[in-house]
Amino acid sequence: MATTLTRGASGAATSGGTARQAPPRKPRLGRWMADRAVLFIGILVLVYTFVPIGYIIALSFNQPSGRSATAAFEAFTWGNWSTICDPDGLCESIRLSFAVSITATILATVLGTLMAFALVRHSFRGRAASNLVIFLPMATPEVVMGASLLAMFVSLGFDSVLGFITIVLAHVLFCLSFVVVTVKARLVGMDSRLEQAAMDLYANEWQTFRRVTLPLAMPGIVAAALLAFSLSFDDFIVTNFTAGQSVTFPLYVYGSKLKGFPPQLFVVGSLMFLVSFAIVIGGELWRRRRP
Amino acid sequence: MSQGGRDLRLEGVTKRFGDFVAVDDLTLSVPQGSFFALLGPSGCGKTTTLRIIAGLEDPTQGQVFIGEEDITGLRPYKRPVNTVFQSYALFPHLSIAENVAFGLRRRGIKDFKSRTRDMLGLVQLEPYADRRPAQLSGGQQQRVALARALVNEPGVLLLDEPLGALDLKLRRQMQIELKRIQTEIDVTFVHVTHDQEEAMTMADTIAVMNNGVIEQMGHPEELYENPETTFVANFLGQSNLIVTEVLSSSPERVSVDCHGQQLEIDSARSHTDSGRGWLGVRPEKITATARGAEGRNGANLLSGGRVSDVSFVGVSTQYLVAMPWGQELMVFEQNTGQRAQLRNGDEVDLAWAPEHAFLLDARQDAHAGVMTPEDLE
Ligand SMILES: Nc1ncnc2c1ncn2[C@@H]1O[C@H](COP(=O)(O)OP(=O)(O)OP(=O)(O)O)[C@@H](O)[C@H]1O
Ligand SMILES: [Mg+2]
Repeated sequence: MATTLTRGASGAATSGGTARQAPPRKPRLGRWMADRAVLFIGILVLVYTFVPIGYIIALSFNQPSGRSATAAFEAFTWGNWSTICDPDGLCESIRLSFAVSITATILATVLGTLMAFALVRHSFRGRAASNLVIFLPMATPEVVMGASLLAMFVSLGFDSVLGFITIVLAHVLFCLSFVVVTVKARLVGMDSRLEQAAMDLYANEWQTFRRVTLPLAMPGIVAAALLAFSLSFDDFIVTNFTAGQSVTFPLYVYGSKLKGFPPQLFVVGSLMFLVSFAIVIGGELWRRRRP
Repeated sequence: MSQGGRDLRLEGVTKRFGDFVAVDDLTLSVPQGSFFALLGPSGCGKTTTLRIIAGLEDPTQGQVFIGEEDITGLRPYKRPVNTVFQSYALFPHLSIAENVAFGLRRRGIKDFKSRTRDMLGLVQLEPYADRRPAQLSGGQQQRVALARALVNEPGVLLLDEPLGALDLKLRRQMQIELKRIQTEIDVTFVHVTHDQEEAMTMADTIAVMNNGVIEQMGHPEELYENPETTFVANFLGQSNLIVTEVLSSSPERVSVDCHGQQLEIDSARSHTDSGRGWLGVRPEKITATARGAEGRNGANLLSGGRVSDVSFVGVSTQYLVAMPWGQELMVFEQNTGQRAQLRNGDEVDLAWAPEHAFLLDARQDAHAGVMTPEDLE
C-alpha cells in the first residue's frame, strides 16, 4: 500500500485497481518504464538520425565490383580513403564549394552583424520596414529566388562570368537574413548598461566595443557564421541556377547520380561528418575548460 | 569648506524624458572629500541625477562642474567619476579579477595586478578572483561592483544603492568599511539610498529628493530636528503634524493656537509666520503624563488626550494618544523603568519643549512622504 501511495501519477495509471493485492513488483515495473520513457524515445530518435550516417561511413569502406558504388556491402577496403581525388572533378568541386562557402560566410557574417547592430542599437527612418524586409529572403522559395537571380544576372550581362562570383553573391543574399536574425536575437538580450559601465571605467568607444560588446555578442556571431556556412556549403537549388559551368560539391553529387556514385563520395560524406563532429566536441570542451 | 577645490557642483540641471521631468532644475554643491547622501522615494530621480554626473545621460538643461571645470559635455570615460551601478552591471564574460582590473587596464596602469588583489582583499573576495560574476551571490556581486569602481580612486564616486542586496550584518559592516575608505582616500562620495538610517549614519550632508526636486539639504541632525517641509518631516523619521493658527510671532518665539490651547515654537524652526500652520513634533520628544500630574514650566502642554493604543517594542513603548479633535498622536517613550507604563484608556497630558517643535506651511500635504506599508519592502 505504501508503494502505491508514493508512486507518481503515471505509475498509478498502469497498475490501476490491482494495486491493493497485487505483488509490489508489477507497479514497480510500470514506474520503471514511466521513468525511462523519455530515455527510450531519445534513443530511438538518435538511432533514426544516426542510421544514415552509419550507413555512409560503412559504405565508404565498401569495395564495389563495378566502378560506381552499390547499395550492398561487397568487400572491405581502405582503398576509397586513399583515392579520394581519383574520380574526375570531385576534389575540384570540393575546393570550389569551400571557396564559395568561406567567402560567402565571411561576407554574410560581417554584413549581417553590422546590420543587426544597426537594427537593434539605432533608431532611424525605415527601421521597422528593414526589420520586416530582412525576413523576405528566408520566406522566398529557393527555386523562385534562384530563377530570378539567374534572370537578373543574365539581364545585367553577367552570363559570361556565371560561376564563383555569382554563386557567392547569391549565397550571401540568402545567408544574410539568417545571420541578421541570429545576431539580433543575441543583441536584443544584451544589457546596454554593461557598455555604459565600460565607458564609466575609462573605456572609449572602440575599447568598449572590443572588450565588452564584441565578446558578449560573439556566441551569436559564431552561431550565425556556422549557420551561414552550412547553408551555403550544401545549397543546391540556388547554386544550380547561378553556377553557369562551375560545379560545386552538391552539383557534383547530383551530376553523378546519373553516371553512378563513385564510392569516394561516401568518404567525403564521412569526412564532413567527422570534421563537424570534432568541431562540436572541441567547442564543448573549450566551453567547459573555462571556469 | 573645500580643500582642493575639486567640489562637485550641479547648476540648474534638468532632465526631461519627453514630457516627464525626472530631474527639475537641480542645483547643489558637494565639497571635495565629503559624503553626500541622496535620499528619496523610488522614482524621484536619484539614479537619473547620478547618470547625469557620470555622463551616461545628457541633461536637458544645466551644467555639471568638478572644481572649475565644466564637464557637462565630456564623454563618460573622460570624467574622473566612477559608478557603482544599482544593477551592478558586472561583465559576465570576465572573471572577478578582470572585472576589478578593467578600469586600471584601460588607463594603462602597470601595477594593476597588485592593486586588484589589494582591492579584492579589502572587500573580502580574494578567494573568488577567478570566478565569473554569475557564480557569486547577490551580496558578493555587489562587493565586486564596489571594488571595481573604488580601485580607480576616482575624484567622485557615485554609489547607486550599493548596499541594497546585503543582509543587515554585512550591510552595517560595509557601511563602516565605506565610511573608512571615504575618509582615508579623500574621495567625494555621492551615495543614493532608500534607507534613511544609512543616510543619517554615514553622510555629512543629506539631500532629500522628491519628484525631481531637492526638498531640503543639510546635516542629518538639522534635517531631522528642523525639517522645512511636511515631506521631509514624514520621510525622515516620523512626525506628528497638528493643524494650528498663528497668533503672534516675535524674533524668538511664534505663538500658535492649537484647538483652543496656546503653544510656543522657536522662531528658527518656524517656516511660516501667519495664517494656518502644521505644528510638527517628533514622537520621542513628547512626554505623556497622567492628567494634571505635574506642572511644566515653559513646556508646551496639550491636554485632553486618552491613550488609545499601547505597543511595547522592547527598548521603548509606543503610544497612540487620541486627542479631543479626533487626531491620534504618536508618543514614544524609552523604557528606562523610572516611570510606570501607561495603560489603554488613561487620561493624559502631552508635553514637549518649545525648541523641539517645528512649524510648517499648512498648504503642504500633511501625508506627503509618509511611508505606506508597500514602501517598506
Ligand atoms: N530612459 C528613460 N525614459 C523615460 N523615463 C525614464 C527614463 N529613465 C528614468 N525615467 C523616469 O524618471 C524617473 C526617475 O527615475 P530614476 O531611475 O532616476 O529613479 P530613482 O530615484 O533612481 O528610483 P529608484 O529608487 O527606484 O531607483 C522615473 O519615474 C522613471 O520612470
Ligand atoms: Mg535608482
